[in-house]
Amino acid sequence: MASSIKLTTTQFEAAPPVLSKPASEALPALRELVAHLREHRTELREEWARRITQTQLLVAMSKDEIFAEATSVYDNYVEALETGTLETLQAYARNLSERIIPRGVETYEVVGIVLLLRDVLARSLFAKYQSDFKVLNHILDAYEPAANRIANTVAVGFVQERERIIREQQEAIRELSTPVLQVRERLLILPIIGVIDPQRAKQLTEQLLRGIRANRARVVVIDITGVAAMDSHVANHLVQTVEASRLLGATVIVTGLSPEIAQTLVNIGVDLGKMTTVGDLQGGIEEAERLLGYKVVPSGETGPSV
Amino acid sequence: MAVPILKQSKYLIATIQSALTDTDLVLLRDALAEQVGKFRSRGVIIDVTALDVLDSFASRTLRDIAYVVGLRGAQMVIVGIQPEVAFAMVQLGITLSTVATALDLEEGLAYLDGRLRHAQRGT
Repeated sequence: MASSIKLTTTQFEAAPPVLSKPASEALPALRELVAHLREHRTELREEWARRITQTQLLVAMSKDEIFAEATSVYDNYVEALETGTLETLQAYARNLSERIIPRGVETYEVVGIVLLLRDVLARSLFAKYQSDFKVLNHILDAYEPAANRIANTVAVGFVQERERIIREQQEAIRELSTPVLQVRERLLILPIIGVIDPQRAKQLTEQLLRGIRANRARVVVIDITGVAAMDSHVANHLVQTVEASRLLGATVIVTGLSPEIAQTLVNIGVDLGKMTTVGDLQGGIEEAERLLGYKVVPSGETGPSV
Repeated sequence: MAVPILKQSKYLIATIQSALTDTDLVLLRDALAEQVGKFRSRGVIIDVTALDVLDSFASRTLRDIAYVVGLRGAQMVIVGIQPEVAFAMVQLGITLSTVATALDLEEGLAYLDGRLRHAQRGT
């Protein structure tokens, strides 16, 4: 599925956004076609909107919205047929995708509505030219390739927009996922939240090692309270991180292992002998302070001193 | 290229300045083993800040040096392993787990001072 989409994308990008030039004898047919679509704009549009609702596409949108969008798409569609350039339609498709993707519209719905429009228009052409098969043939020769390219453009635009959003979100997740924080001189904490995949694990290690150098840390507390599950790959990576940190002269304390993760680690036989583990973050920080020679003393019995 | 060994009060400091051949490493081992006795040193620091790779032979030799100088009555600490080098090493399964490590020369000196104080308090 993904590969076929990619293929169309490259094909599409390789070609300039122009409809394949119709053969010269098809030109009058195309002009006639456009005239027909202009003339029956209202009813075809309504028919299309009705079919969209009927087939339960775009359920995330209201009837009025569907009709409004259908009008714009229809006009852009006819314009693309007439001028032979896809730029306006392309821009519109991108804009439309931007608006409807956050509302949960799926790829099949967008492809579906474009194919519906194709179907509605083809039927109207059949109805008009059914008496003269030769003319109908001519008209379809002009219509089919153009309609295919338009459908392609809209669908590809949608998918591209979606991929762009996914890329942006991945980037955002990557950026905020691994803060290395200094809590005291020479003491860093690294809270890990969420799923750790190999890529994130690698990035995490790099940031931590760099952080150790930059802050001249001697003790690091890695808190994995927020990690729901861990497989052997990630566990081994964690052990490697601990060992690499030690080579830089820092001691690592791992805190917040959930009962499930502890069980998993024992079951898959990861050697935890090299790791110092403490129950929770508070205990980990206290242990780290002890290693660094800090002693936290309450300032008085009656709460904070003035 | 031979590694210069500096004497700093009770410690010896060997700063590796460029990639070493296996022969250089063996020479370094022998030189340190000898000088620890000669200067009655209590600690040895090997600074590898300049190295961008530490292969298995180098790691094994460093471990051997730690054993040798340990038998001669001195503590050894390796300082200045780069983050990338450290991660590459553990991925190859080289952890130098029996050798003390510190971030840089300053930390290494602090570590040796601490160990020395500890040893003196113990007696």
